[in-house]
Amino acid sequence: MRKSLAILVLMVISMISPALVAAQSQTAVLIKNATVMTAVRGTLENTDILIQNGKITKIGKNLNAPVGAQVIDASGKYVTPGIIDCHSHSMLDSINEGTYSVTSMTRTRDVINPTDITIYRALAGGVTTANLLHGSANSIGGQNTVVKFKWGHAVEDYPIADAPPGIKFAMGENPKGTNSGGRNAVPRYPRTRMGVIETMRDAFLRARDYKQAWADFKSGKTKIQPRKDLELEPLVEVIEGKRLVHAHDYRSDEALNLMLLADEFGFKIATLQHGLEAYKIAPEIAKRGTGVSIFTDSWSYKLEAYDAIPYNAYILWKNGVVVSINSDSDERMRRLNLDAAKVEKYGGVPEEDALKMITINPAKQLGIDKRTGSIEVGKDGDVVIWTGHPFSVYSRVETTIVEGEVLFDRSKDAQMRLDVAKEREALEKLDVNKADKAGGPPTRVPTEKRLADRDEAEYGDGGKR
Amino acid sequence: MIWRSKMLNAKCFLWLLLTVMSASHYVNAQNDGSEQNQNGRAGTFAIVGARIVTVSGATIENGTVVIQNGKIAAVGAEISVPAGAETIDGKGLMIFPGMIDANTTLGMAEIPLGVPGSVDSAETGSMNANAKAIKGINPHSSHVEVARVNGITTVLSTPVGGTIAGQAAVINLIGSTQDEMAVVREFGLMVNFPRLSTFGGFGPGGRQPVDFGEAVKRRDTQLEELRKIFTAAENYIRAKDAYASDKTLPYPATDLRYDAMAPYIRGARPVMFNAERERDIRAVARFVAEHKLKGIIVGGQEAWKAADELKKNNISVIYTNIYNLPVLDDDDYDSLFAAPAKMQQAGVKFCISTGNDGAEVRDLPYHAGLAGSFGLSREDALRSVTLYPAEILGISDRLGSIDVGKVANLVVTDGDMLEPRTNVKYLFINGRLMPLTSRHTRLFDAFKDRK
Repeated sequence: MRKSLAILVLMVISMISPALVAAQSQTAVLIKNATVMTAVRGTLENTDILIQNGKITKIGKNLNAPVGAQVIDASGKYVTPGIIDCHSHSMLDSINEGTYSVTSMTRTRDVINPTDITIYRALAGGVTTANLLHGSANSIGGQNTVVKFKWGHAVEDYPIADAPPGIKFAMGENPKGTNSGGRNAVPRYPRTRMGVIETMRDAFLRARDYKQAWADFKSGKTKIQPRKDLELEPLVEVIEGKRLVHAHDYRSDEALNLMLLADEFGFKIATLQHGLEAYKIAPEIAKRGTGVSIFTDSWSYKLEAYDAIPYNAYILWKNGVVVSINSDSDERMRRLNLDAAKVEKYGGVPEEDALKMITINPAKQLGIDKRTGSIEVGKDGDVVIWTGHPFSVYSRVETTIVEGEVLFDRSKDAQMRLDVAKEREALEKLDVNKADKAGGPPTRVPTEKRLADRDEAEYGDGGKR
Repeated sequence: MIWRSKMLNAKCFLWLLLTVMSASHYVNAQNDGSEQNQNGRAGTFAIVGARIVTVSGATIENGTVVIQNGKIAAVGAEISVPAGAETIDGKGLMIFPGMIDANTTLGMAEIPLGVPGSVDSAETGSMNANAKAIKGINPHSSHVEVARVNGITTVLSTPVGGTIAGQAAVINLIGSTQDEMAVVREFGLMVNFPRLSTFGGFGPGGRQPVDFGEAVKRRDTQLEELRKIFTAAENYIRAKDAYASDKTLPYPATDLRYDAMAPYIRGARPVMFNAERERDIRAVARFVAEHKLKGIIVGGQEAWKAADELKKNNISVIYTNIYNLPVLDDDDYDSLFAAPAKMQQAGVKFCISTGNDGAEVRDLPYHAGLAGSFGLSREDALRSVTLYPAEILGISDRLGSIDVGKVANLVVTDGDMLEPRTNVKYLFINGRLMPLTSRHTRLFDAFKDRK
């Protein structure tokens, strides 16, 4: 029995395939009579939202359901825009290409896995969009992918086609590699903050030279075509303002040094990721129009996180900085609404501005605010229905809709549990699942679930935070 | 030189003074965690006209709580304020008992990653029965103030290293010395119960699996080692007892570690076992029965499935899995949120804990609240971080609810204590009115107006 469990587990895992989630292919959804928190135009009571062909087409009272539309009664419930997580490693089969300190040639979109169960769990926490970042082991890491969580769809449906391209940078303890033990213990340059910034400067000088070499070739000044360089091409795009830089940093000094380097090469840092001490340099950040994507209140898990304070969001907000709240964790991702709620408490960010930090603000930071991040006519039909106010700990997600498709629904989930239980029972009876001593096949070794759901450089303590 | 220069005038002096003051403030904010936590002030206090959530009994609207000599002196709707009491207007406010986090390493792990010098929670070696948390807790850890200003007033701080990790201490989040903090100096013996795992360490390509049969063998070997330790301790205590009643016997040499196990072997104090999955929890239950121990499960993801054996052996659960992901892909998405409700239904005695190093103990109310949104009643959610942990920690005669005679650990808020938007307005620990400051408020003050 114990041995057959291994096979059973494998089979059950394969059962939970996206195919089980009945994708709603209806072309229209009408949400009736909800309290709608638009994130940009206040909260509307007793309001209906009509989503047609993936877009929000009407917001108002007593809207009529088009023929064939799925009607959801949301009386007594709250609706918010789908949550956008501006820092995630969900779906990624690998996170850090840690061998070089400059890995700008790598792309997270090459390793996204649409069968990752964390997608479904994120939807169950109201998250519809995520910025899938390379890890922080590198001064200059890989290219990120902005996705919609289209659970049940093929992999090519996940990336948002018109999202501007981006890249991950990292400062401080992680690219230094000084916290990594065990298999990552091989020392690699850089080992100090001095080395990290020089690694970046070196990369940008090479990128500038590379750009010049191509310009010279194209103008006919030189005759030999430069060799295409996959490491430097994305950095040229950064210099040209065509690629967004999402820069992991903790201490204020390293964040400022990075912004000064960007000044030197004439580009702007799109977001400081984490920015635990961003509050110490809020005016410098505001002046450059750089966004900051933070944890609300994580701190003290490593030395560079010791000065993190939960008032970070408030101070940045007061300085006019566009702030978003991210998870960097498949676990935390499911409760970003509560992290947003906390910023009301720490300093007093108003409710709608707190909601913005998990909706329209990350959309702005990722350059996708024209299509998602708020409840407005013309935007993607990415909405979440909550049992109560989304900032209450007692509220649950009832339904999550991505581009008009219901991809999580609590009542459907309940039905799925029954189906899974039934299927499990049937599987247990199969000969193939008998113990080998009882006539079944030889026991196979179960494979441990890959541990790629988080940036290990970030969570050296086993994620118990 | 500067002092004698013509530049010196009153304005310049003031500027200098301010610079020196703010510089010293900054230095303080950058120190090693020794925040010199403040201990508030004693007095007779009366909070008047508040909504009192006693937890143990009915909630009292528009009531008064009187605090005197560190204790709750009176609670009710018709209470007269004693002469000389400091009165706090409780209009629009709510009073709750302080929250209790029953599994942390608070005070023993200031910065867990990359600063090993700040970590005292894990002793080396496998048999550390004599390691006592009360000797490792830093009363001036910055985590103390950060946790308490969010309403957590008492924690269990637990050693974590080795098979037998050591003895956990119940402390109040107040005091300049370990003894001032102590509620129960040596509460329970922490055991990392061997679990069935196919994890075979890291190798090429990441985690390496081991054969399932191999995993069973490994677990059985570890369990046998644990059994040997307990048996050796039992024998040691028998020898000591025998010598005590018959001095003609040879004197048994003293072993600090086995000595430390005596109260636990005798069942006078509980043994706490880490266990998550049903099979491991049932194994703990059998071990507890076999050695006639007083048992507690720490972790308890699937404790509700083993309710029969847990109840039979009087084992309670300190549940630490709200902020964790379900382990298996086919686990229900909300399985770990819903587990407390299932334990409640199955009649398992439990409480909810963060299981955190210390820095995020402050989130305890939200752990409870999330259980409250997945099946647990709001009342039970509140009990799961107040009265229930007090009962499991054996301190419900002193803490965990608002009753006359109990220690005045009270949280006065402007709303439901489990809600993330609620603000703590006043805080009492041991009847002392505490400052609502922390490392965080000090850094906030230092930088909020920087231009």
